[in-house]
Amino acid sequence: MSIDLDRCTGCEACVVACHAENNLPVSSPDQAEKGRTAHWIRVDRYYEGEFPDVKVKYRPVLCQQCDNAPCEPVCPTYATYHNAEGLNVQVYNRCVGTFYCANNCPYSVRFFNWFAPEWPEPLQLQHNPDVAIRPAGVMEKCTFCVQRIQRGKRDAVVENRPLADGEIQPACVQSCPAEAMVFGDLNDPESRVSKLAGSGRSTQLLGELGTKPKVFYLERAK
Amino acid sequence: MAASVPELLPYAKIREDLFRPLSSGSSRYWITVFAALAVVVLGMAAWGIQVRDGMGVTGLNRPVFWGFYIVDFVFWIGISHAGTLISAILRLTDAAWRKPVTRAAEAITVFCLMIGGMFPIIHLGRSWLFFWLIPYPNPRMLWPNFRSPLLWDLVAILTYVTGSVIYLYLPLIPDMAQLAEHNVPWRRKLYRILSLGWTGSDREWHALERAMKLMACIILAVAVSVHTVVSWDFAMSIAPMWHSTIFGPYFVSGAIFSGIAALLLVLGILRRALGLELYLTKHHFDNLSKLLLLMSLLWFYFTFAEYQTVWYGNEPSEMAVFAGRIRGLYAPYFWIMVVCNFVVPFVLLGIRKLRTISTAMISSVCVIIGMWLERYIIVVPTLGNPRMNTASGVYTATWIEFAITAATFAGMIVLYLLFSKLFPIIAVWEFKPHAVEED
Repeated sequence: MSIDLDRCTGCEACVVACHAENNLPVSSPDQAEKGRTAHWIRVDRYYEGEFPDVKVKYRPVLCQQCDNAPCEPVCPTYATYHNAEGLNVQVYNRCVGTFYCANNCPYSVRFFNWFAPEWPEPLQLQHNPDVAIRPAGVMEKCTFCVQRIQRGKRDAVVENRPLADGEIQPACVQSCPAEAMVFGDLNDPESRVSKLAGSGRSTQLLGELGTKPKVFYLERAK
Repeated sequence: MAASVPELLPYAKIREDLFRPLSSGSSRYWITVFAALAVVVLGMAAWGIQVRDGMGVTGLNRPVFWGFYIVDFVFWIGISHAGTLISAILRLTDAAWRKPVTRAAEAITVFCLMIGGMFPIIHLGRSWLFFWLIPYPNPRMLWPNFRSPLLWDLVAILTYVTGSVIYLYLPLIPDMAQLAEHNVPWRRKLYRILSLGWTGSDREWHALERAMKLMACIILAVAVSVHTVVSWDFAMSIAPMWHSTIFGPYFVSGAIFSGIAALLLVLGILRRALGLELYLTKHHFDNLSKLLLLMSLLWFYFTFAEYQTVWYGNEPSEMAVFAGRIRGLYAPYFWIMVVCNFVVPFVLLGIRKLRTISTAMISSVCVIIGMWLERYIIVVPTLGNPRMNTASGVYTATWIEFAITAATFAGMIVLYLLFSKLFPIIAVWEFKPHAVEED
């Protein structure tokens, strides 16, 4: 995935879309105050300069799906592991809740189910049937909308055609009005996301840690 | 000074003095037991609420996913180093003054491990599934992840518990055999079973001696490795100020430090409560105080080395944690820790005139508080200041965590009190002038 920071307006449509797509619970105000909100994608704000001459920069942060993911080796039950496609997946059923993965995630993008999830009426009626509802006590995080990836691949097989570039879109990518986000196959050098990731504007978040993130942030080189 | 050396007392008197606490139980004893039990029950109720409602009843949040429970875990495993390690060192070096100290120390180890070992289970989001960490045969051919430090922990702690139970039990056998003629029927039965048919033959004494020597060597290595593995829970991660190469020795020395403090405190209380003034003399407290002082200096050296290198390196994400500890939100805890762990023992135990049994008690209480705070300062500020500073957060424990923490201290009291009624807290047979010839 690539995210163009020069395009991002910080509108947070991606956050809302992610909530709807992935059955994320809605936190009550007092839980939110305790720092227990769950947004698999969040928009970080960075301020430059002094008021009134302030520039705000936005950076949507989601699971970076690291190739060298620090969260993976520390899980004692293999609840988080690397699948064959290179996705960093979370198996809710296997998670016992040691919190270790979340502590070792430098991006702080892992979220815990502190209580059984709740939705204010009537939001519980719009649950996505393709996504599991996570019970209390397990860790969760952005899946790159794995259910959409699976469906896209299945549709292609059924229709007996190759998967087109950009055909699969996670909810955040689909909902981005500025089209700042691009999703595709990084293994295919001809895909749009591969070209963007290889461009001169491409950076990685905390790339110096050697986590090899699969999210590339595009920004104007200074 | 003859009277102050317990080894010179007549053996018959020693026997009588040390077996006496087993048969008498004052009302004060039972009041303490039940008061402590009440706190344990409250803690269990708190845990029940946590299991029923979810981890949300604690003060944990994002990004501070580890709090009191992990602090308590490291703390109790640390205290457990009192026993085995100290008693093993004293046994191997054949320190003559060790005799009244070893069993009290070994018992601390076993009970602290039982308590400390609970916390990895208590802190789980789904604690009822803790056995998924154990490699057992299952139809889906699933193994736990041996690359995870938590699994090393599990292995290390189970090994340590097994080892220290054996290490506590072996020197109990001759005493059990002596007690097998006890006048209370159920006790007679209990001691007879536990003494494993010990008759006191030459062969048995030699076997016991060999086994003790061997166990002392093994347990020493295990104890060092256990706390190293505990420290690796932190050091193996890439979180700022956790990823540190000195964490292994730092934790081991801290563990021995808090362990000696706990041992001193327990001995002081036993001395008073059971009237063991003749056996636990100023000499023992003086020696242990010096050991505590030594560990205090070592602790200070490690802490200084750790903070100095971070400060000089000046790496931003590490400095955020560093600043939080030294002058930020956690500064009060940090400086209380420094006073408790270094200033108080250094002054009270370092100046010979001030070094008495009561100042040793004061220093021990300070060190226990200080070492608990040390673990808090290691666990929480790092998580509260993650690399992405947009995600930083603050942790405040709730009554649930306080109740469970209090329950573990109360549980320790209950276990120790019951133990001291069932078994002589000082190994009686060790005072026997010549094990073979008497009786």
